[in-house]
Amino acid sequence: MAIALSSIYATRRRRNGITMALAYAATLFGLSWLVLILAVLLWEGFSGLSLAVFTEMTPPPGSAGGLLNPIVGSLIMTVLAVLIGTPLGVLAGTYMAEYGRYDKLTIVVRFINDILLSAPSIVIGLFIYEIMVAQMGHFSGWAGAVSLAVIVVPVVVRTTEDMLTLVPDTLREAGASIGLPRSLMIQRVAYRAARAGMITGVLLAVARISGETAPLLFTALNNQFWSLNLNAPVASLPVVIFQFALSPYHDWQKLAWTGALIITLAVLALSITARLLTAQRKSS
Amino acid sequence: MSLATFTTPTATHGPSKASDLVEKVAVRNLDFFYGDHRALKNVNVSLYQGKVTAFIGPSGCGKSTLLRILNRMYDLYPNQRATGEVALDGKNILSPSQDLNLLRAQVGMVFQKPTPFPMTIFENIAFGIRLYERLPKSELDGRVQHALQRAALWEEVKDKLGANGLSLSGGQQQRLCIARTVAVRPEVILFDEPCSALDPISTAKIEELIDELKDDYTIAIVTHNMQQAARVSDFTAFMYLGELIEYDETSRMFTTPTDRRTQDYITGRFG
Repeated sequence: MAIALSSIYATRRRRNGITMALAYAATLFGLSWLVLILAVLLWEGFSGLSLAVFTEMTPPPGSAGGLLNPIVGSLIMTVLAVLIGTPLGVLAGTYMAEYGRYDKLTIVVRFINDILLSAPSIVIGLFIYEIMVAQMGHFSGWAGAVSLAVIVVPVVVRTTEDMLTLVPDTLREAGASIGLPRSLMIQRVAYRAARAGMITGVLLAVARISGETAPLLFTALNNQFWSLNLNAPVASLPVVIFQFALSPYHDWQKLAWTGALIITLAVLALSITARLLTAQRKSS
Repeated sequence: MSLATFTTPTATHGPSKASDLVEKVAVRNLDFFYGDHRALKNVNVSLYQGKVTAFIGPSGCGKSTLLRILNRMYDLYPNQRATGEVALDGKNILSPSQDLNLLRAQVGMVFQKPTPFPMTIFENIAFGIRLYERLPKSELDGRVQHALQRAALWEEVKDKLGANGLSLSGGQQQRLCIARTVAVRPEVILFDEPCSALDPISTAKIEELIDELKDDYTIAIVTHNMQQAARVSDFTAFMYLGELIEYDETSRMFTTPTDRRTQDYITGRFG
């Protein structure tokens, strides 16, 4: 009996060891690529980092310059996209989690939202090109901002709904039990309880759109010069990286690396902030 | 059909000395449905002004369901409906024209799990007051203090009114919820197993509190704990499988119950 048991146990231990080794190997394989990408990015990007990057415009090939116009362009379009997309997403998510939680419409909206969430961004770019750029007759910062907003909406809808669904029903009942109308209960109790998660959702949406190139190629295009006119083409970091990295000029390639590093660090900072906010929510 | 038809407690379900009592809430021929499932079957019961009425019975007997009808909490969820009549001061609260927010301000509720709002201790109380009254700061402060005193929490929190309500202990949180309910100045307070998540000392405090509150309010309490029902209530209703089996003065219910099932339950033979 004891011998039989120990042989079963030995087999189990062997299997366990093999599975563990495979899991470690897979993790190592995946991580090593990530580390490699980051290492190359840091190596190439940092060497080009200087004050000029943040104070000078994109140069013509062969001369010195910086990334000021694409950085500012990206910031403007990202902020606009968040300003357009967040209210829409929060309101839709609120409907789904609070007012229409048991409605058929919510199921339909959630399904469509999930499709939108995973829609290729180039399709969104083409869509905005068709309804804005083609109608207006020219590329514009507005079109760029709207196409980014279309990416923001489903992310915010999803996180808002999820975070509000996590708010326990007992808290809603407690609100109702002192005579709180639903609208106030949502604003003052549910939003407060879900705040950290909802902000995290917006930050993740920002992280998501900061690297988007395809939708901007069809909408905001690019601009070599300093321009704050949103009715005209506007430069953005991802498009400039795309253009400069593919060029044969060494200084352009260098700037592309630097731009990539800036985006990566910005997204990293956003992700860390999002993490901290989530951790705070859990501990409180 | 006039309300007067229902105001006299029926012979089988009701205390004998009903004459000198003021009927605050009258439940008549009440049925309740979760979808197709009939969870309450023809329930008749009265809550009397200034008295504590306890609802006891095994899990799933419908006692919490009954409580949640009295402030129409079930209305938050789909596919739940009540038929029959629940009269508060003679007015049927099940009527579709009933304003739910006003009803709930009038009929407060304390839940099984403490549910402070994610805000400061002060705001937890002031929030409900501000909903229906515009008060100057000094008066609001007074009202908050008074509510916390009524809930026997003032001495423990008076120096940290700005702290988050969630930072209090479980028993303190539950008293905060009672203070929050009292602050809105309801007429009826419903307690849904208010002590089942608390330690014995906190439980004793809450029970003491219920005893003090009953002079000013009409109180209904659902409890799993028969000793608790015996300690805090004036009247007790025993429910079983969605029916109200027996309803009488607490002293009589626990000494000379008339129904066999009540007897079995309070002697611990099932439940």
